[in-house]
Amino acid sequence: MTVSVKRRRAKILPQQCVACGTCLDVCPRGALSIFHGSFAQVDITRCVGCGLCARECPAGIIKLEVIE
Amino acid sequence: MKIQQHWYHNLWLWSILYFSLGFVNILFALLGLISFCLPLLFAIFGGNKLFCNRYCDRGQFLRFFGSKLGLSRRHDIPDWMHSNIFRYGFMIFFFAMFGGILYTTWLVYMEINSLSEVVTLFWCLEFPWSWAGTTAVSPAVAQFAFGLYSLMLTSELIALAAMLYYRPRAWCTFCPMGTLTQMICKRKIATKG
Ligand code: SF4
Ligand code: SF4
Ligand code: SF4
Repeated sequence: MTVSVKRRRAKILPQQCVACGTCLDVCPRGALSIFHGSFAQVDITRCVGCGLCARECPAGIIKLEVIE
Repeated sequence: MKIQQHWYHNLWLWSILYFSLGFVNILFALLGLISFCLPLLFAIFGGNKLFCNRYCDRGQFLRFFGSKLGLSRRHDIPDWMHSNIFRYGFMIFFFAMFGGILYTTWLVYMEINSLSEVVTLFWCLEFPWSWAGTTAVSPAVAQFAFGLYSLMLTSELIALAAMLYYRPRAWCTFCPMGTLTQMICKRKIATKG
């Protein structure tokens, strides 16, 4: 029997990001950074899918995607 | 999981202090030039948006009142409000209005117009503000201070309204300074290859 563990992680649409940094401020794992003042990026090895960034992003462009 | 607190989270106090001081003496409005210059310096020389990401008093103000005190209704902002057309259009409009302030200052400097001690909100509503006037500087400098304070207060009120109805930092999606600095940063990456 195989057990598949589903977990979530944040996914950002870089073209729509305004690089305001709001998400950085709320991430408890320090998983987010701004790439050269242009857009936010997620370090998936640190993201625990808590969704705090998605709740706070003023542009509403962070989605939580399910990964196996 | 605890979110770390940093000293710059208290910068919202500067917003309150700034607008209070401008109520007492309009010369303090000139301190608003810090908010004009710092983000540009970060973007031009550092190629980053550290000002937006950490040190912007308005960003921290919206975060504090909208998020921490929970005053935001947190509605989703409409897509057009963070579209490039709206962002760049608003940026051009905003800086054109800043150009208008410089022009008015020049007219006073040339003694074509006399000093007008009013604060203009939303580019059309004039409020007398003579109690905060000053004779310590030339009328042209005072005129520029009145204009800058008007622009800062107008944008603060828009930011406040957006914070109350949309998410706390909704203003940041179309803030002219945020748009300009992101544009500079993107251009820097493009030119680096
Ligand atoms: S989902 Fe949570 S852990 Fe992942 S980036 Fe967003 S705030 Fe950080
Ligand atoms: S909060 Fe949203 S818009 Fe702002 S930097 Fe993060 S992903 Fe981009
Ligand atoms: S987008 Fe504008 S208001 Fe928001 S943090 Fe940047 S400079 Fe401040």
